[in-house]
Amino acid sequence: MSASNAIDEFDRAIIRATQAGLPLTHAPYETVGQEVGLTQQEVMARMARMLDDGIIRRIGAVPNHYALGFLGNGMTVWDVDDEAAQDLGVVIGNLDFVSHAYLRPRHRPHWPYNLFAMAHGRDRSEVASKAEIIRTLLGEHCRSGEILYSTRILKKTGLRLVG
Amino acid sequence: MDDIDKALLNDFQRDFPLVARPYAEIGACLSMSEDEVIEAYANLAEQKYISRIGAVIAPNQVGASTLAAMRVPEDRLAEVAEFVTSFSQVNHNYEREHDINLWFVVAADDVLEVGEVLSRIEAETDLEVLNLPIIEDYHLDLGFKLEWA
Repeated sequence: MSASNAIDEFDRAIIRATQAGLPLTHAPYETVGQEVGLTQQEVMARMARMLDDGIIRRIGAVPNHYALGFLGNGMTVWDVDDEAAQDLGVVIGNLDFVSHAYLRPRHRPHWPYNLFAMAHGRDRSEVASKAEIIRTLLGEHCRSGEILYSTRILKKTGLRLVG
Repeated sequence: MDDIDKALLNDFQRDFPLVARPYAEIGACLSMSEDEVIEAYANLAEQKYISRIGAVIAPNQVGASTLAAMRVPEDRLAEVAEFVTSFSQVNHNYEREHDINLWFVVAADDVLEVGEVLSRIEAETDLEVLNLPIIEDYHLDLGFKLEWA
């Protein structure tokens, strides 16, 4: 982690205070500031800096895919050649129906897959056709793949900072 | 959901204004008053169309996290899932259709604490836990384009 990416206790406090959502008040950054002991200006400046540094990805409304009718979320997983995975991961991550795309370690023999892409659709057949698009893009570099549909959400909370 | 709700959902998933009165600025874009914007967001949240308006933190920038997976025999699934969910460091836990059927995210202050949670789950359940941390992240998560039929 480079020095510019370092965050201090005030930054952590801002993240903690906003991770459950910005307050729906007229001056939400002032409300956050009161909670963490900073001025509104300091809160906004720190959040802007964390956005620039990539610590905060974005600030905005976080839609609930399930409630909006995107019932078919499927975790697609692929066994992709290591040499090609980097370039292909960028391509897959840019697809508009993919909400997350990661390279993760394999655990052979139980788990041969290294590329994960979360695909969203209104139902399973839509997700399956999106997975087909991914499969085609991966082409000869992909040995196999699967779609893992979730059957039950057992727990879902936002990022939680413990410290 | 009306057109205003859709605009509030779609157009402000990123670039939510970092200004003193952000809801007033959004209102100015949509010809609404500040209070109307606040009320509309409160309704969207109440109806669970949005989970929140807030900052989306990049993975592993603050603390450490991993995706973990387990192959749990069907007759033990409820018990093991409940045990996994009981950890405050577990923030997502899904049952998925696969012989590796329990998938969860562990997030903690550092890698050591993540490892401790995984070890405790393995020890208590006597089942193997696959540790699948992010090596590369390919998606910038600039929001999700919602389309209505």
